[in-house]
Amino acid sequence: MLSCCPVDYALNDITEMRQSKGLDWTGDLVADPSPWVTYDQDGLAQLDILVPEAYCAACIGAIEGNFKKLASVKYARLNLTRKRLTISWDENLNSAKDMMVVLEWLGYHGQPFNRDQFDNLQTDSYQKKLLTSLGVAGFAASNVMLLSVSVWAGADESTRNFFHWISALIAIPALAYCGQIFFKSAFNALRHGQLNMDVPISLAVILATYISISETIAGGAHAYFDASITLVFFLLAGRYLDLSMRQRARSAAEQLMSMQAIAATIILPDGKRQSIKLADIKLGDEIFVAIGEKIPVDGMIIEGKSDVDNAFLTGESIPDLFDIGDQIHAGGINLTGALTIKVTATGEDTLLADIIRLMEEAERTDAKYIRLADRVAKLYAPAVHILAAVTLLGWMTLGKGFNDSLFIATSVLIITCPCALGLAVPAVQVVASGILLRLGILLKDGIALEKLADIDMVVFDKTGTLTMGQPKLINGNEISDEAMRVAASLAVNSKHPLSQAIVKAADIRGLKYSTNGNVQEEIGQGLYDEKSQIKLGKRIYAAPESIQVKEDIQAEFYLSIHGQNPIRFAFEDGLRPDAKQTVAKFKKSGLEVVILSGDREAAVKNIADILQIKNHKFAQNPQDKLAYVQAQQAAGKKIFVIGDGSNDAPALIAAHVSMSPGNASDVSQLSADLIFQSQNLSAAYKVWQVAKFSRGLIKQNIALAIAYNIIAVPIAIMGLATPFVAAIAMSTSSMIVTLNALRLRLKEAGLS
Amino acid sequence: MSGLLFLIPVALFLGLIGLAGFLWTLRNGQYDDIDGASERILDDRYDDKPDV
Repeated sequence: MLSCCPVDYALNDITEMRQSKGLDWTGDLVADPSPWVTYDQDGLAQLDILVPEAYCAACIGAIEGNFKKLASVKYARLNLTRKRLTISWDENLNSAKDMMVVLEWLGYHGQPFNRDQFDNLQTDSYQKKLLTSLGVAGFAASNVMLLSVSVWAGADESTRNFFHWISALIAIPALAYCGQIFFKSAFNALRHGQLNMDVPISLAVILATYISISETIAGGAHAYFDASITLVFFLLAGRYLDLSMRQRARSAAEQLMSMQAIAATIILPDGKRQSIKLADIKLGDEIFVAIGEKIPVDGMIIEGKSDVDNAFLTGESIPDLFDIGDQIHAGGINLTGALTIKVTATGEDTLLADIIRLMEEAERTDAKYIRLADRVAKLYAPAVHILAAVTLLGWMTLGKGFNDSLFIATSVLIITCPCALGLAVPAVQVVASGILLRLGILLKDGIALEKLADIDMVVFDKTGTLTMGQPKLINGNEISDEAMRVAASLAVNSKHPLSQAIVKAADIRGLKYSTNGNVQEEIGQGLYDEKSQIKLGKRIYAAPESIQVKEDIQAEFYLSIHGQNPIRFAFEDGLRPDAKQTVAKFKKSGLEVVILSGDREAAVKNIADILQIKNHKFAQNPQDKLAYVQAQQAAGKKIFVIGDGSNDAPALIAAHVSMSPGNASDVSQLSADLIFQSQNLSAAYKVWQVAKFSRGLIKQNIALAIAYNIIAVPIAIMGLATPFVAAIAMSTSSMIVTLNALRLRLKEAGLS
Repeated sequence: MSGLLFLIPVALFLGLIGLAGFLWTLRNGQYDDIDGASERILDDRYDDKPDV
């Protein structure tokens, strides 16, 4: 993996660290986190940072260990589950920005965030309550079950009664406590005139307890204490699994939300620079954008010029030059020169806000998807009630007493109680989301996995999705090592993607090039080495007299060495290494594959030809993409959209299910249901496979649960189900569905 | 019978100790970072106690 795992550096203070980095490491590229700093009662500064790349023991060691070596740091703790680093330190010794620099220096990208904004106290306390209930239910169930086993083994009457009393003593308080989760939800449903799964559960638990108490008082043979508490235990386990999966999804969404909260650097009237939150920017403010930073707002350039990469906004793969007086849009990346921009639009009025409006519209029209489990529950809950009522009335008309009939009806409720059903779905989903996590795929919503199983069309964006989103040198075989070496020694001084592509090509050849020439960057034109008079850059800059090579589907740079013919470097936005394979696999599985791109016709056609995709559309703006997806879905297609740009965001939302790469724009990551963090597009195919297999397992599990009921219910209705039979039946069916869910693990071996 | 009178309270008491232990770990924040805990145990260079 990327940053895993740095050595445990010995360092004493930040100055030394900056020097050892060998750069002017004042942290220009690091966002100033000061708006997020809080202070505790001792005056120590405190900061929460999200560190998405931390994932193993060595990461804990590197991060905590090195922060603690700083004299100013009093506390540093990395929570690996939530990927959060909390530090508190003495601000007299180090600034908040120093902390971010240290983290960056260790090789991790961090995002400061506001704890209060993310922590959902309600869910946290619900989870605590659920775990406590699970513990209490587990304790009570195991003890009551021990006593029940003795009873079933044939304890004599006095012992049996004694054991029933003890069971009652354990089970009743335990049920009163643990059952609350179900009782509350059932009560809420009933109050709104609805039925949910919790209604039959609550009814079964309450009736079973009531009957068992009266049996115990009367000294009868059958008490259902064990069944009702075990039932609650199994169901709580299912709830906990469901919640922990949703929480995993939530922390993925959390990570993405924090990405949005990047600060901007404002230039105050007295010329000082200060970091402020995006939300606090006002119209007319002057914002400074350093090289490599993301442009935070829409505005007009009032100082500096630069190449800006707008691929996320428009899908165009080559950056454009922006000069004083030009309008630039939030979301672009500033590549070659520092800019000062005057804010001309905030919030509602930005280009990004237009896209967000489209997203909202898409959301409104997106059909609400009902989970499979809920659909089953809708049929199941009334059926169970009717069955129990019919049993009660049936036995009464046949001449049994009310109490005896109620006893049998209750045993029907207990037997049919959806233990297996309650475990069937969450168990599969937890296993599936664990597998996806190991494949580097974040699932933002459990429903996405269900939806993914029924797609019949895949729509790809081009730039950044099918392609790497970075240009690659394609005519390397025409370029000599010497020319490459010279070009690289200039190119290494620039952040322009074409320059970086040259450096990369030179590195791959293993060439040694000088990195400290006297090179100047003519922003928007190219690079110039004064001493040797070598130029590298656009044709009009470096080689104005050379003839243009046919139609420009490729980006190009020229290297001009005094007195020699200029050398042409041609580039192309290269396909992801496994794009062809992935597209072929989808096509082979009978899915329709489409490209929707904002790029020019020639660039799109070129890629479509390589991938053999007939259906491709070019020069699509966000509205076009959205309209296409909506039209196809209205015609009954279920579309899986994969895209990375902000211009894809509305289509991502409108899609049946959607996915973005981990380096995609914030907006599109927020819109997509899934995020894949690897370089490999094959993640899209793998996740589909996992989804299909889990859907199959869920269906099998539901079928198993129903089959069990078909056998067990008649026994219960006939009045033959003793507590012993109920206990055996419930436990076996729950075990079977859980084990079946684990079969997904076997599938994993075949995927990675 | 007299054996039961003695053994059942003992069994329940032991069970309650286990339950109390579980509730203590829960309150103590031991389930807040499950992934982290499974990594921290492998190395004693850093803090192996739960975050409180």
